[in-house]
Amino acid sequence: MTQECCASGKAIMILACSGGSNVGQIANQAAIELTEEAFGTMYCLAGIGGGLQGFIQSAKDVPVIAAIDGCAVGCARATLKRAGIDAFRHVVLTELGIEKNKNFRLNPEDVRRAKEAVRAACNGAGVAVFKPAAGGCCG
Amino acid sequence: MNIKVLGPGCPKCQQTERIVKEAVAEAGVAAVVEKVTDMLQIADYGVFGTPSVVVDGEVKCVGKIPTKEEVKKWLKH
Repeated sequence: MTQECCASGKAIMILACSGGSNVGQIANQAAIELTEEAFGTMYCLAGIGGGLQGFIQSAKDVPVIAAIDGCAVGCARATLKRAGIDAFRHVVLTELGIEKNKNFRLNPEDVRRAKEAVRAACNGAGVAVFKPAAGGCCG
Repeated sequence: MNIKVLGPGCPKCQQTERIVKEAVAEAGVAAVVEKVTDMLQIADYGVFGTPSVVVDGEVKCVGKIPTKEEVKKWLKH
């Protein structure tokens, strides 16, 4: 088993609202791509919202959380606060000038801007080399 | 009391298991310490990373090595 697996102390947990609008789905797509780019690791906001204890404890123990909300309603933020988690980096996509609508043909430029905003919000948080628990050694 | 150490077997997971066993011995608590290495079983706990420690079904820590003092506190509750 590799010796460089498990928690690195530099993990970034990415939580997207993944809501039912273009901005919710841009948040989701940004989380996917940031995970694929090894910036951080997307995790299940629904598990935290559902009060599943392992998910909440995971969010409490991870060094950095990047929460992506599509709009100012702030479902990701509210979910975290309800779980007692107050320390997280937060991006709201409509605040970037992305208009909320029901067009689910996502604009790649909007996804790029969302990712850029998340990276900026996490500036100084370190590089995510942490691997999730479901994908191999220590994840 | 049942304690599970979740992790596939890397040095950090092994260290966590050792710390948990030492804490149990020093506290004099009757507890079974299990090492869970199966990734599907680990995933069932919803943990973001390993090592993780589960005490009587409750996830106590995720993605880090607990101190022996932390483990002893968990044994009291």
